[in-house]
Parts: sequence; structure tokens; C-alpha cells
Amino acid sequence: MAKLRIGVVSPEREIWSGEADMVIAKTVDGEIGIMPNHAPVLGVLVEGGVLRIKRGDGDIVAAVHGGFISVASNDVSVLAETAELGSEVDVAAARDALQRALASVQADGEDAEAQVEAKRARARLRAAGEEV
Amino acid sequence: MGAQLRLLRRRIRSVRSTAKITRAQELIASSRIIKAQQRMEAAVPYEREITRAVSAVLSNSADIDHPLTAAKERPANAGVLIVTSDRGFAGGFNANILREAEALAGHLRGRGVEVKPFVVGRKGITWHRFRSREMSGEWSGFSDKPLYAHAKEIAGALIGAFEDENGIDEIHVVYTGFVSMLTQDVQAKRILPLEVEETTEEPPGGPLPYYEFEPTAGEVLNQLLPRYIESRIYNALLQSAASEHASRRRAMKSATDNANELIRVFTQQMNQARQAEITQEISEIVGGANALADASAGKE
Repeated sequence: MAKLRIGVVSPEREIWSGEADMVIAKTVDGEIGIMPNHAPVLGVLVEGGVLRIKRGDGDIVAAVHGGFISVASNDVSVLAETAELGSEVDVAAARDALQRALASVQADGEDAEAQVEAKRARARLRAAGEEV
Repeated sequence: MGAQLRLLRRRIRSVRSTAKITRAQELIASSRIIKAQQRMEAAVPYEREITRAVSAVLSNSADIDHPLTAAKERPANAGVLIVTSDRGFAGGFNANILREAEALAGHLRGRGVEVKPFVVGRKGITWHRFRSREMSGEWSGFSDKPLYAHAKEIAGALIGAFEDENGIDEIHVVYTGFVSMLTQDVQAKRILPLEVEETTEEPPGGPLPYYEFEPTAGEVLNQLLPRYIESRIYNALLQSAASEHASRRRAMKSATDNANELIRVFTQQMNQARQAEITQEISEIVGGANALADASAGKE
């Protein structure tokens, strides 16, 4: 079966590239699963989403904050403003960030920045395989 | 005579310590060029993908009507982003940039467009302050190692001004493009409004397929264009940083070479002076001895 060629890039570096069987990403319209021979798609990704790349030998999970996914003839590129592989996430730091963000959300329900911060921290923890 | 010797010795000592500093600067700059180049290369995949995505959206949606691509018929104000360095010691780096920026400003004024400078880098900011020119935006402190966050901040300010009714109608960027270690050239480009080219040529990487958009083409474009501008600005900042290090390396290398040449000339002069002093002393001694010998010969 054909494979997907995947590149996950952020402006500052290439985060991951390789072949896979399936990609699951979260766009503003909802979750989208891409398998080989998918129709060309260009989608906007949500803030604080989790990207799952399914391969025969274990999945690759990354926290992706904002950006785009573009699919064309089995080439999938994920352009993220910032992204982090699950294996690179510093779990303790992410938990800290989540606690701080939640505290400021509680103090001020209108604090949009803190809400985004909390989303990001949750995505990082989920990417690292933690329960949130 | 002794005074001249002392003077030369002192000058050699001071030139030598200057040479040590410039040599160290040269070595630091050389090591940083490589890092700056690596950062430039790391940014390439994202740039390529985002450019491709923008062309995909634009070529898919027949009627392109987005504020960021619409050129005004009579632009009144133009923002010029001038990318300079924070530190000097880089030869003509900042002078070249500012000269090009002035030329562009003159050209724009000739078309009847008011110029609003947005300046990056301490050198450019002080240049504008010294001439008491108003700046619409200024950023400094990261010229030798720009991050994407900096580009985002700058792009945010520029796009904000562009979307504002009474803001700016065009955005130009003047920066030093990094061609190679030895060649850097100043470039002036218009980044907004985007130029949409109607072409029948195939884009690099094959023809663009007919995309589906999530949620809609318009929304994707809304999100995509600011990111594209950010990426262009980030690219300009990275190239400028690499060029800054390259010019600094070159300037410091010629300063070190000049200092070494000076040391050579001064050493020669010093040796000459010392030799002249010795010769004079000998001739004085010989002269004195002869006079004594003549005197004692006269007594007998």
C-alpha cells in the first residue's frame, strides 16, 4: 500500500519527517484523518491540538499549536507555528504551566491569553501520553 | 633620541592590543556566521511549504479579494522596514542599508507617497533619532540572533498598520541579503500588498492540485497570509543576521591586517632609531678617544 510522506515543520526547524500510514490532526472544523490517496486538502489547525502519526512500529505524537496541514498526492506537510514531539515534552514543566494558566483563568475569566496557555499545556501533556 | 624610541615602543604596544581585540572579534564573528547560516537553512522547509500553500490557495480561488493582496490605486503612505544591526564594528553594513533605504524613500516620495520608517536594530534607530526623524516602529536587541517571535511581533505591527484605514498602504523591506560568506547585497522588496501573478507556468514541484479547504478558502487565506508575511520577515531578519556577522568578520580581518602592518612599520622605525642612537654613541666615543690621543701626543 502506498505510504504518506510527512513533514512537520516550524519556522525555526524541521520537527519530524518520514513515512507513515495515517495522520490524524485537529482542524478548526474538527478532527481529520488522512490516509494514503486522500484528496488534496488545506486546513487550518486549532491552537493546542495534538497530531498523531500512525506508523507500523508505534505512533508519533506531537503537540501542534496553530498552523496548517496541507495534503496533496500523498505528501502531507504540517506547518506549525510551534510544535513539539511528545517524546520531547518536559512533563513537569508542562504541568507547571497548566497549573499557572488555570490559576490565572480562575482569577480572571476573561484572560484569553491564559486560556490559550492552558490549551497549549494540555496539548503538550496529551502528546506526552499523560492524562489531563 | 631616547624619546623617539620610547614613543615608538608605546605606539607598538597600543596597536598590538588593538590587534588582539579585532582578531578576537573576527574569530567570534566567523563562528557565529556558521550558526546563523544553519538557522537560515533550518527555516527553509517552512518557507517553501508556506509559499506553496499560499500559491495553492490563490490559484484555487478564482476571485481573490483579500485586503492583503489588494493594491490601492493611490497609495498615500508606505511603511519601510529597515533591518540594521545592534552593534557597529561591521564595516559599511549599516551605512549601506541606510543609504539604500534613503534611495527607496526618495523614490517613493517622488511618486507622492509619504514614507513611514519601521526600524530594526539599534544602529538604525540612533541614525533616525540623530536626524530627529519620526519612526513608526522600532525594535532592537536581537539583530544578531533573531527568533520567530521577533518576526511575529514586527509582522503584527506592520499588518496592523496596513489594515488600519489611515495607516500604511504599502510595506517595503530593506535588508542585507546573504549570498555567500564573501558576498552580501542590500535588497529592497515590497512585501505588501502581495503581487498576484497570473501565469501559465508550472510552479516548482509540479502543478498545484485542486484543494479542498477546511473550513473555507477565505478563512484559510485569512490565516495563511499573516503567517506568510511573518515568514518573509523572519527570512529577512535571518539573512541580515548572517550578513552582519559576515561583514563584521571582514571588517575585523582588515583591521587586524592593518594593525599588523602598522606594527611592522613601527618596529622597523624603532630599530632604525635604536641603530642610529648606537652609531652616534660609537662615533662620539671614537671622536672622544681620538681627541684624547691627539692631546696626549701633543704633550710629548
